Amino acid sequence: MSEVDVVRLRGDFPILTREVHDHPLVYLDHAASSQRPRAVLDAMREHYEMRHANVHRGAHQLSAESTDAYEAARETVARFLGAPNARSLVFVRNATEGLNLLARAWGDANLGPGDEIVVTVAEHHANLVPWQLTAQRTGATIRAVPLGEDHRLDLDAYRGMLSPRTKVVAVAHMSNVLGVVHPVAEIAEAARAVGAVTFVDGAQAAPHLPVDVTALGADAYAVSGHKMLGPTGIGALWVREELLEAMPPFLAGGEMIRTVEIERSTYADIPMRFEAGTPAVAEAVGLAEAVRYLEAVGMDAIWRHDLRLGRAMLERFDELGGVRTFGPRGSDRGGIVPFIVDDVHPHDVATALDAEGIAVRAGHHCAQPLMRALNVQSTVRASTHLTTTDDEIDALITAVRGARDFFAAFA
Amino acid sequence: MSLMEQIYKEVIVERSRRPKRRGTVDPNTHAQEGLNPSCGDELTLTLRVEEDRVAAAAFEGQGCAISQASADLMAEALEGRTLDEARELAASFRAMLRGEPPAEELGDLQALQGVSKLHARVKCATLPWTTFEGAIQGHQGPIDVDRIDDTLS
Repeated sequence: MSEVDVVRLRGDFPILTREVHDHPLVYLDHAASSQRPRAVLDAMREHYEMRHANVHRGAHQLSAESTDAYEAARETVARFLGAPNARSLVFVRNATEGLNLLARAWGDANLGPGDEIVVTVAEHHANLVPWQLTAQRTGATIRAVPLGEDHRLDLDAYRGMLSPRTKVVAVAHMSNVLGVVHPVAEIAEAARAVGAVTFVDGAQAAPHLPVDVTALGADAYAVSGHKMLGPTGIGALWVREELLEAMPPFLAGGEMIRTVEIERSTYADIPMRFEAGTPAVAEAVGLAEAVRYLEAVGMDAIWRHDLRLGRAMLERFDELGGVRTFGPRGSDRGGIVPFIVDDVHPHDVATALDAEGIAVRAGHHCAQPLMRALNVQSTVRASTHLTTTDDEIDALITAVRGARDFFAAFA
Repeated sequence: MSLMEQIYKEVIVERSRRPKRRGTVDPNTHAQEGLNPSCGDELTLTLRVEEDRVAAAAFEGQGCAISQASADLMAEALEGRTLDEARELAASFRAMLRGEPPAEELGDLQALQGVSKLHARVKCATLPWTTFEGAIQGHQGPIDVDRIDDTLS
């Protein structure tokens, strides 16, 4: 049994009452995007219906209230991530934008020819391609930490890569494909020893396990609201305060300036310097509500729930036969399971599951270098969250067996 | 008939496993790569067009049963048709995937009609056709089916 009261929580998510292809929806695509509890939608509706105005232009009551709500959301998200203060937390569109901000604003100011950017072969394209552009602009080079035999990162190879040339290590806290939690504290400590900073893609970890950026020793941490029960169009980037203070602007325009002349401008203090234009105010309010929802359930409890369901999926796929799974086994492996059914293309498996109302992802999961390292073109991926039930895992296993047998029946 | 049985007709699974037109036409007059970046499917279509008529067609590539069977059935169906007839066939195929009743001239290609019930998979079936149309229009570089395919728009 789980300490997460799944049955009660499911009542908070209107979408879970839906049917798909005449079956109750079984949503196992949380790693791509989570669903929203009614409280998040209510908070956003209440903001728009009762309070909305532009922020940081406090000439009238609504603007002041909107600004308060927006800044309170910043406090809530900063606290959730273990950030020492809220002024080092920038609201962005999603983790991808946060990672681009780092690669552009920090990267361009701090990297040059001969410098090295260390990534891992398991990175989501969002934590790789921005650094490729930075490398092209600055002349820095990219090195990638390979996987070890158990699909965990090869930390010996990582340590061997570090040198005074290493300036930044970009790593996901949790792999969006393998479901493994990378040892970020250890990675960051080794990076610090050679004078490099560690920037963390927290898009998968923040919705599923307790995060404390201070304890991790990270220098920056990016999250996406829509993966953590919040709305789309909002994410957060925490950056160590001294680092953020020293970074030049990323996007320019209103909100991020102090004084503007025709030829030049001076810029606002952090975090406003990195928030050009009217921000996603209602979305920030929704994200803060999502954070409160996650905290009320408890991040430790959510992690244990995912851990248990992830383990159950792996074991039951083993028993099923004809199904190959990827990624390590153990207490560092959450509820993300990529798999392949022998002799059936992942998209055909996903369609067979969709026909049963089961939503999974099939494809390369925005991690093409990892697919090559695993020697596959694509996989199916099932991923859990706090609303996932044992019955849903049963439905998944039954449907995968059905797909395997359906295609095996053709001569 | 279940949704799966409507989509994965015997001919589709059979052609995806034992295609008749897998390979490369050599010498050829057209070689066109088609990609579906969202899923990673890729296809290279080669044609020999003689006097405005498709004399030979073949494909190489990787993908799901729907895209592979669609490519194989298309290559077979194209052979012997004039380019105008082939364009008409492509239009009929797209109409079928939008949910219209299949035209008789589609023949074996009617087996793909069930795919029209799944929006998520229509591009798998149209990838070979979009690649073909790109080839005869002299498209430069790979065809990106995410960007170009307008079957459902």
